[in-house]
Parts: sequence; C-alpha cells; structure tokens
Amino acid sequence: MKRVPWLVPTLYILFLLLPIYWLVNMSFKTTNEILGSFTLWPRNFTLDNYVKIFTDPTWYNGYINSITYVLINMVLSIVVALPAAYAFSRYRFLGDKHLFFWLLTNRMAPAAVFALPFLQLYSAVGLFDTPIAVALAHTLFNIPLAVWILEGFMSGVPKELDETAYVDGYSFWGFFFKIFVPTIAAGIGVAAFFCFMFSWVELLLAKTLTSVAAKPIAATMTRTASTSGYELGLLAAAGTLTIVPGAIVIYFVRNYIAKGFALGRV
Amino acid sequence: MNKTVNQKAWFFVLPVVLLVAFNAIIPLMTVVNFSVQETFGDNMFFWAGVRWFEQVLQSDRFHAALGRQILFTAIVLLIEIPLGLAIALTMPRKGPWVSVCLVLMALPLLIPWNVVGAMWNIFALPDIGLLGRLINGLGIEYNYTRQIFSAWFTMVLMDVWHWTSLVVLLCYAGLVSIPDAYYQAAKVDGARPWAVFRYIQLPKLKYVLTIAILLRFMDSFMIYTEAVVLTGGGPGNATTFLSIDLQKIALGQFDLGPAGAMSIIYFLIILFFSWLFYTLMMKDEAR
Amino acid sequence: MENAAFLSWMAWTWPTAAFFLFIFLCLVGMSVWEYYSPGGTPRHGILGLDTTRGDRLFISLLGSAFIFLAWLGLVGTPLWGPLAIALVYAFAVFKWV
Repeated sequence: MKRVPWLVPTLYILFLLLPIYWLVNMSFKTTNEILGSFTLWPRNFTLDNYVKIFTDPTWYNGYINSITYVLINMVLSIVVALPAAYAFSRYRFLGDKHLFFWLLTNRMAPAAVFALPFLQLYSAVGLFDTPIAVALAHTLFNIPLAVWILEGFMSGVPKELDETAYVDGYSFWGFFFKIFVPTIAAGIGVAAFFCFMFSWVELLLAKTLTSVAAKPIAATMTRTASTSGYELGLLAAAGTLTIVPGAIVIYFVRNYIAKGFALGRV
Repeated sequence: MNKTVNQKAWFFVLPVVLLVAFNAIIPLMTVVNFSVQETFGDNMFFWAGVRWFEQVLQSDRFHAALGRQILFTAIVLLIEIPLGLAIALTMPRKGPWVSVCLVLMALPLLIPWNVVGAMWNIFALPDIGLLGRLINGLGIEYNYTRQIFSAWFTMVLMDVWHWTSLVVLLCYAGLVSIPDAYYQAAKVDGARPWAVFRYIQLPKLKYVLTIAILLRFMDSFMIYTEAVVLTGGGPGNATTFLSIDLQKIALGQFDLGPAGAMSIIYFLIILFFSWLFYTLMMKDEAR
Repeated sequence: MENAAFLSWMAWTWPTAAFFLFIFLCLVGMSVWEYYSPGGTPRHGILGLDTTRGDRLFISLLGSAFIFLAWLGLVGTPLWGPLAIALVYAFAVFKWV
C-alpha cells in the first residue's frame, strides 16, 4: 500500500504525455507512413515537415505574426497594469472594489460574444488585419490578469518601503521606478509570462481580426487542416513548434503557475 | 494592509479603464444595439424590439445548446475537481521530483487551444490515432466523428487532459502552504489520514478550491476553440455548445439580431456566476 | 465624416442610447452620492452578504435583467408585468439586502 502514492501522479503524467508524444511522433513521419501504416515510432525518420515550415513563408510568417502581437500585447498590458495595480494595492478610492470586479468579468467574458463587434470595431478604426488589432483585443483579458497578479505581488510588499523612500527624499516616480519596480521584478516576470501565454493560446479573436497580412500561426494551421486534406505530418510539426515557447520558459515560473492561473489569488 | 483613502489613485487606473472600456464597453453596446434590430445587410437596420430575445429564449435550439453546455460543464467539474485534488494530495512535497511534476503537469496548460484540439483529433482518430486504435482494439466500436457517445467521451477526456492540471497546481499550492507543525501535531495526536485531510488540509484548501471551481466553471462554459477543432460541433449538433452555436449564428449565418440577443443572455449568465463566485472568494479571503 | 462612419456600424437606436444613458447616470449619481455622503461600512443584509450601495445597485440591475429574460422566455411580449416586478425587486434589494 505504501507504493500507491507516487503511482497516481506517475500515471497522470503518463496520460498527459501520451497525446503530446503522438503529435511529436507524427511530425517526424512521412505522409505515406502516417496514412499507410500504424507505427508507434517513426520508421522512416524525416525532418521534411520542419524544413518545409522553416522555408515556406506562409508558415514561418505565421510564427512571426503571432510572436509580434503577443509581444506588443505583453508590453502594453504590463505598462498600463503597473500603476493600476499599485493604486489597488495601496489606496482606497471611490468604486475601487467594483472596478476590480469589473476587470474580473472581462477575464471571464466569452470571446465568442465579442468576436463580431470586435471585427467591426477594428475595421472602423482601420486596424483590421494588423498585429496591433490582435494585441489590443487581447488586452481585454490580459490587462485584468496583469492587474490582478501584480496587485497580489505588490500587497506582499510592506508599505514601510514606500514611506522610507519618501523620507529619503525620493519623488513618487523616482521611488516607483528605482525602488518599487526592482522589488517586485519577480511579479512582473510572472505577469509578463502569463500575458504571453494567454495571448499565445487564444485563437478565436486572433483569427477573427486578421485575414492575410497578420495571420497567426494557429490560423495557418486550421487552414491547412481544412483545405489541403491530409497533411497531418506538417500539421503535427507546426503544432509541436507552438508548444516549444511554453516548454522553454515553464521551468522558471514553475512555482508561480498556480498563482498566475488563479489571477494572483493563491 | 490598511490603505489610505486617495481619490487621485483614479489617475493610476485610468489607462487600464480606458483600454479595457474600449475593448469591452463599445462591443457590448454594439451587441445590445444589434439585439433589438433587424438587418438585411448594407448597414440597414430596422427596429425589432425584444422579438429576438423572445425568439431565442423560446427556441428549442437555444435550450438544447444551453442544456449541452450545462451537462458538459457539470461532467467536467465532477471529474476534474476530485481527480485534481487526489493527484495534488499524492504528489511529493519535497525533493527533486517536485519540479519535474510541476513542469510536466503544467505543460498542457501552455499549449494553444487549437493545437490541443488538433492533437486530440490526431490522437483519437480511429484508424491512425493511438487512442482510437486502442479502444477499437479492445473490441469497442469507437468513432468520434460518427457516434455521439464517442464524441462526448473524447471531448470530456480532452478537457480533463487539458485542465485537470490547473486544479492540481492550485490545490498543491494550497497544500504546501500548510506548516509542517500542523502535521506533526496531528501525528502526536495519532490522527488518521482521513482526519488529517478533513480537519487540517480541507479547511486550508477551501479557498483554492473555490478559485479552481470558479475558473473551471467559467472556462468550460466558454469552451470554443478546442471543441470546434476536435468535432466542429458534430456529429450533427451533438457537441454544439453555447459558444459554437453563437458563432454559427453570428459569423456563419450573419443573423446579427438573434446573435446579439443570444450574446446578451450568455453574457448575463456569465456575469451572474462571476459575481456569485467573486462574492464567495472575497468572503474567504477576508478571513 | 470619420466620426459618422465610426458610429454608423454601431447601429445606435434611441431606446438603447437611452438605456445606456440611464445606466451611466445611475453610476454618476451613485458616485456623487457616495462622495458627498459616504454610505460607510458594508451592511449585513438578509442574504448573509455584506453589501454597500454600489453592490445593491448591481444586484438590482442584474436581477432585473433576469426577471425580464424569464418573463420573455415564459410569457411573452407586453413587458409591463416584469417592469413592475423589477421595480419592487430593486426597492426590496435597497431596503433589505
């Protein structure tokens, strides 16, 4: 009976890795092997699928577009969320609690509700099919997320820090950038990671707001899946490559993942 | 922390308010405007009153989609919350395996949603997918594009795969915050594992579980991308959940009026549950 | 010109504009009221919730929305019935919740 405890997490992790393995496995197979036989590992190991993605502009532009809007969104969200989170963590003001709740509702609002009006809104302001449109649209849920996470970190910093700085003759902004921001650097990193992640995984708005010039990689994938029939190997390779950015940085934020997903409330 | 009253703090939150309002309020107003009018294209609108609301609320199609949505959310919550809790309780608390567990478990959370759908699509294909092949090999007929039960089974399994880790990580974060002294005291008292769980761990977990249920409820209630990529709402309409149905009406048929009315009903449901869980959460946090 | 194009896609109507103006005025009114005569600490109402005036306004509005939806789903168009119920409900929320 003593052996049971580690068995549960192990089985669970195996279950998590199986579909990922299958995707990676497919990405190294030729189309013939995928369709012609059922093999547990690639018999004719090939890198053709990856070569195609890195040489065909319709594919690698998808990645560039995705990364562009994700980065714009990340910077924008953090920059505007920093002072707001400071205000929420340090001051009480008229309507503060309701404002905080209103931000939460935007994290919860279904993207499907906003897709069509977003299309019209961003067409009306002339931003349709640009990375900026997607970056701005994703602030809908990323700014609330960043505010909540940063507020959580900032509330952990004692108020005495602020007061000592003023006594030492710092102006507010001097204190904010020279002392406060470095103090919560870890929190900013975590918030940035989650803005990156949520913008990276979202597809509905990104797809609705772009057509050709700014098409994200995820949308390129859905097009391939529907038009060119069974290019599963290529699809699998593209999918594998979208997992990579998350997999690289995940180690650094491993202790904050719960905090990030719970809007800084854990 | 005691906060000082300072109305000038509004200037700090103003950029956030303006940006989010641009993204949230203008589209919401537009949806409300659409919901009371009829359009034949070319920006020609005619007043329709509350007709669309009446039509949507009394239509079988909406009831069916809402019913499927509630059923799906209920199943997913009933599986993911206990399973996530069980896994968190059996995870190691110390040692090198902690990081390995955390990293591997978080992996599904960071995969783009359409890739999750595509991955399961490939994984569950009856002829060349590992899962489909395995189930059919056991002598059970399984084809998620043809059979309703298979489609639901795959959908639920995919969601469990995708999101149980979130519950695990939240519960785990709650568990590691319990000081060792509590466990030692329980050991001295000779408490059984069940008593330890009931009187030490569960009270600590109440808050994180509220958040886990809130997040899982909301996200499963809005499921769209993964489901569309996996089954496209089929077979027939068997897995057409609320978001999928809404998109079919809005972008597929371009029926702005009914889509607007449905959006508002959908939004109000979400708003109610957000408020309910938020109130519960803040009550726990105040303690 | 730019502005006209920007507004036309939003398809404004007078009733919806009036509705949003009403909500906006409610918010402004509540803010002014709170600023000049603070409602003080939250009150513990019959639902077991601690609510301030703003919370009560939110509960009234959201509840009224559901009253209207339920009426439309179960009964039909003349909306005077739910309007009366919603007003009574809002009054009750401000008085007791």
